[in-house]
Order: sequence, then C-alpha cells, then structure tokens
Amino acid sequence: MTPATHPFAGVGPDLAGPPRLPPTDVSYVVDDTAVGRMLLAVRDNGRVVATAYAPDDDAVDRWLVRIAGAVSPRVLRHPRPTDAVRRSLEDFLAGRADRVDVEPDLVLATAFQREVLGGLAAAVGYGDRTTYAALADRVGRPRAARAVGTALGTNPLCVTIPCHRVLPAAGGVGGYAGGPAAKEHLLALEAGHRGATSR
Amino acid sequence: MSLPPFQHLVDEHWRDVARLAQGLVGPVHAEDVAQQAWTQALAAYPRLTHRRNLRSWLLTITHRCAMDHHRGARRSTPHDDPSTLAEAPSTGPPPEPDDDLWRRVAVLPPRQRDAVVLRFVGDLDHRAVAAALGTTPGMSRRLVSDALATLRLDLTDPKDPR
Repeated sequence: MTPATHPFAGVGPDLAGPPRLPPTDVSYVVDDTAVGRMLLAVRDNGRVVATAYAPDDDAVDRWLVRIAGAVSPRVLRHPRPTDAVRRSLEDFLAGRADRVDVEPDLVLATAFQREVLGGLAAAVGYGDRTTYAALADRVGRPRAARAVGTALGTNPLCVTIPCHRVLPAAGGVGGYAGGPAAKEHLLALEAGHRGATSR
Repeated sequence: MSLPPFQHLVDEHWRDVARLAQGLVGPVHAEDVAQQAWTQALAAYPRLTHRRNLRSWLLTITHRCAMDHHRGARRSTPHDDPSTLAEAPSTGPPPEPDDDLWRRVAVLPPRQRDAVVLRFVGDLDHRAVAAALGTTPGMSRRLVSDALATLRLDLTDPKDPR
C-alpha cells in the first residue's frame, strides 16, 4: 500500500548499495557464451546443477524458481563459485577440451530425463552423432523417440551433457534449447576438432 | 509451497531495508544493521513456512537488528542515564544541516520513532507495524499519530530560528 502523502519521500542520505552476502546453497551467474546466453548454477559442494540456455530474463527467472524449489531457496548471484564451470565451458567452446569438465548434478531432471541423459553421456562421444530413435532404443524405450526428444529439449545441463549430438533420423539438425544455430555451431566445432583435443 | 530464490528478495527489497535501517539507526550505522538483517534473513529463509509478506518479514528483521544495535550502543555508553542518552551520537542519526526532518525523527521517543519509520519509510500497514513492535494495531496507530503530531509542532514552531 502506498499512502497518499509520504512524509519521508525523497528524504535521507544516499543508500550504500545491496548487501554483500557470502555464497550459499546455490550460486549462479548469467554468462554470454559463444553459443548464447546461459545460466550457470553450482551447489555449495561444487556440483553443477544447470548450464542452461536463458535467452531473456524471464527464462533466467524460470530456472531460478525451479532451482529454488528443487535444491534450496537460498540462491544468490555469485560469480566466484561458478568460475570453474565457466572456465570449463569456455575451454570446450573454444575447442581446447573435449568435455565440459565438471561434476554434474541432475537434481533438476525428471527420472526419465536422468535415464536418457545418462544413456547419452555414456554412449555418444565427442564428434559422434546419434538419432532420437537410436537413443530411445538404447534406454530400452524403442517407441519413445518423441519423449526422448522432449527430455533432451528441457536438458538442464546443455553442452555439459551433449544433447546437441542427437539428431532426427529424417535429416536436418532438429530442435535445440539454444536454437538450431547453436546446435549447428556445436556440431561443426566438434567435427573440426575431432581427434585434435587431448583425451 | 516453494519459496522464491533469495536473490529476488535482495533485488526487490534491498533499498527498503537500507532506508528503514537509516530511519531507525541513522546513516552511520545503517549499513551494518542492514547487512546484519540480510545475514539473519538468509540463515532463517529455508525454515520460513509462508511466502506471503516477505517484505514485512524482512523489515521486521531489520527492526529487530536496529533494536539490538540500540541496546548494544546503550550498553557501551559509560553514563547510562537518560539525559546523556538523548545526546549520545550512536543512538540516532547525527545532525545534518540539510536533514532537519531526520534529526527530528531521531529524537522522538524510541517507540514513536520506530512506529513512524516502519509506517512511512517501511510503508507497512498498522498490522505489520504492530507485529514488528510487539503491540496492537491500535497502539501502532496511536504511536504514529503522536509522532506526526510532535513532528508537525516542531516543524511549524514559530520560535524556530530557521
């Protein structure tokens, strides 16, 4: 409620600034990467819960609300705890590494998503490609190619868990949370650096 | 029920918390009090059982921290007698030539000062002010109107040298 007359409006010295709080249960940053704007979120144990595309502030807020519900509401913007994941992602996107070298935490994924993402990470290496149908087969759900596509489309750990390596059997690059251009960029990057990066 | 990410609270309310702290303890100690309030809020946040009125919750914590500050300041005053307390620099904003109103707010009786600052700087309704002060909405109303009456008298005092 706002009173009609506010006796102290505009009175008082300048405010110092927002509080300085230490890193807490979850720290995040929004980072402009080579493939788009991404939200990077890390738990206090260093495990990474999100490397997710967040093209606008609404998308950032949606991820933060999900993190608050699934991990802890103590979520603060803090660059320092996310340094490691930011650097690993940068190395990968520059072709200096063949994986985003972090410990992922699939707390934001559904049970089915965990199965699909786990199967993907185990089966499809750097520079390799597969199809939605083949991945569905691999996780023992041969008729669930569409559901596999949906599970990959809401991957909270994009690039880290390489859902960009899964393509439609009919051709084309198919859908991608970061947009088709980002997917093409990643596929071209891996094709160009295949065998050149240190294993 | 799930609580919003704490960063949203910081982004939306840090100015209100800072302003309230200034009104209650003055500009010199406001940053410490606000900082302490945020630290306490962050620690208690996951145990909160409702998501209504998060702003009032934050302002109530800020008020409590301001009261702790005043108590601490009183304890460290060598002569603990009310007449010297009124002039003790740590019990209110130091006089600032351009901030007449704040100086007058600072020397109000503590309960009146807190009520009027919570009501107008915190923009809380009387129910929330009463909750912060541990009293009734009726008493909050009375404290605020007494405070305003005093301020009005002060500001229109014809003998005032201004």
